Amino acid sequence: MSTLVEVRDLVKHFPITRGIVIQRKVGAVQAVDGVSFDIEQGETLGIVGETGCGKSTTARLIMRLLAPSSGSIRFEGQDITDLKGARLKAVRREMQMIFQDPYSSLNPRKTIGSIIGEPFVIHGLEQGKGERRKAVQALMETVGLNPEHYNRYPHEFSGGQRQRIGVARALALKPKLLIADEPVSALDVSIQAQVLNLLRDLQREFGLTVVFIAHDLSVVRHMCDRVAVMYLGKIVEIGPGDALYSFPRHPYTGALLSAVPVVDPSRHGVARKLLSGDVPSPANPPSACRFHTRCPKAQERCSIDEPLLEEQDSGTRVACHYPLTREEIPPIGVRSSG
Amino acid sequence: MSAAEPLLRVEDLRVEFPTEDGVVHAVDGITYEVHRGRTLGIVGESGSGKTVSSLTTLGLTRGQGARVSGRIMFEGRNLVELSERELRGIRGNEIAMVFQDPLSSLHPFFKVGAQLIEAVLAHQSVSKSKARERAIELLGLVGIPDPARRVDEFPHEFSGGMRQRAMIAMALANEPKVLIADEPTTALDVTVQAQILALMERLQKELGMAIVIITHDLGVVAELADDIAVMYAGRIVETSSAELLFSQPQHPYTWGLLKSIPTLDGSRDEALVPISGSPPSLIKPPSGCHFHPRCPYAQPDHARIDPQLEPVAGEPSHHVACLLEGDVRRRLWGELRAGRLPAEALASVGLPAQEQA
Repeated sequence: MSTLVEVRDLVKHFPITRGIVIQRKVGAVQAVDGVSFDIEQGETLGIVGETGCGKSTTARLIMRLLAPSSGSIRFEGQDITDLKGARLKAVRREMQMIFQDPYSSLNPRKTIGSIIGEPFVIHGLEQGKGERRKAVQALMETVGLNPEHYNRYPHEFSGGQRQRIGVARALALKPKLLIADEPVSALDVSIQAQVLNLLRDLQREFGLTVVFIAHDLSVVRHMCDRVAVMYLGKIVEIGPGDALYSFPRHPYTGALLSAVPVVDPSRHGVARKLLSGDVPSPANPPSACRFHTRCPKAQERCSIDEPLLEEQDSGTRVACHYPLTREEIPPIGVRSSG
Repeated sequence: MSAAEPLLRVEDLRVEFPTEDGVVHAVDGITYEVHRGRTLGIVGESGSGKTVSSLTTLGLTRGQGARVSGRIMFEGRNLVELSERELRGIRGNEIAMVFQDPLSSLHPFFKVGAQLIEAVLAHQSVSKSKARERAIELLGLVGIPDPARRVDEFPHEFSGGMRQRAMIAMALANEPKVLIADEPTTALDVTVQAQILALMERLQKELGMAIVIITHDLGVVAELADDIAVMYAGRIVETSSAELLFSQPQHPYTWGLLKSIPTLDGSRDEALVPISGSPPSLIKPPSGCHFHPRCPYAQPDHARIDPQLEPVAGEPSHHVACLLEGDVRRRLWGELRAGRLPAEALASVGLPAQEQA
């Protein structure tokens, strides 16, 4: 497998300014603060974390929808960090995004035929009118929409169907990289599964590389080969999904997994490890290990000396001085069969 | 289930909203009971009528021209027939509600403390300073650190989880007998959700109130509820104790919900089995069993006959509204649980497959 995307020391700070005429910078929201990872060809990388941990910002940086404060992004070996104009447009063709809200991400005044066909217009492809229509209808069929609905408007579709429209639009240019930012969190349970199955089938069919961002840990486990856990702008643990879910090493990963409600009332009352308090402000994050203020295992060292991502024997890379041991794994996924 | 008189009993409740396009049958004849110290979970997708039914309990659908029939019995009184004035004495006092979105449910201009004090003064004749003491006590009860200082902060100074705690504190201000929580954790992160659920469980133990929790998340009801009612298109299709619902679900819609969510411990290779189609229109609900257009096991006469909630053989507290034979249902679920697809399960019990709408 070759590497499609290489992200190195990616940083994005949003300035906080005061003053109306003369704006002074008084601080910065450290949305993403030194993130490095690779995305291999054909894999699904999941990014999980709580609100405000920087997972969406990371996605937008990879797409170059935001300009990074520092660090580099390489796509197929090419440095795209500072690309502009036509060359950036050429790279963007290779990566597409599916958004969270299927209601606000489709223009209500356009027919879905022109919504799905817009990427062709932007990149000057499929010029002939009949040709474009044919291409769009083929896409609609691929994602399970009725091609006869070409001239309908978004409001005529349900949430799940709209998300399919979003998927069709993203697939129009046959991208190499697909970034799905919370693609199912706005959908009903019975519809979620339809969209998840569609994404998995399409990935197999087209050999897509997918970055899957979600806060729902069960969905991420189902969809992803590798998973990165983010906390306050940093990756705290990254590795193969199986290893990460069966033996989480970072105390934060453990706490996240422990917090997921399990569909099994017989486990009712199993003591879970609750994190106390809330996520600190990313404008003023804790020193060194950012999790030390809420970590059950924190020692003095954690507030002085920042831990770096290190390979563990259990298969994941973890940024922690005192990773969880076998005995400390919270009770997850230990349901007896039957 | 205790044999004692239920605290709240909803009987054949129907709520209809006349609109330009026709009459929306939001709630279509539902019956349930809530008992002291127990938690009822109402599960359903958007548009299943779960929120409308609980809003109606508090008379909050009256202003929208809703047509309500049926009875909502609370301590010998029928809430449907009470005047707005009488209802105001019960709302927020004996029956309180926690809403989904804590940001839009708190007034941004007023301090959290002032809003809590208002809730106390609305139902209790105490002095303002007493009410303030109570507000601080309530914030402490729901686990907000340093409540004496926090009481003078504005909602925007609270995080999402703290706002939801403040909402719960407000609902508890007058020690309600019934607490209705409508998607109380949907807007929150998992770690905060776990905190809020643990808080609700602790408060129920301490104060002994009955809780009705409304959610689309089967995981949340599995955590919290003693009894569960599953709603689909304005009707309750299955109701039972939480243990039975997850171990021996009876309704094809419940099966569909259970099979369409990924779990933390299932096999990754197992494909999710979504429910085909989308939820029906409530203006013209499907004939017969409302679920039949999406049900893989529907038979021709299911489009004509309206199923009633009937007890499951051998499980008196378990009711289901399904036209399939009990024995067939048991075998179908056995097949599904073993990981077979609906079509395979159907073939193995020897039922003919139907065209899906």
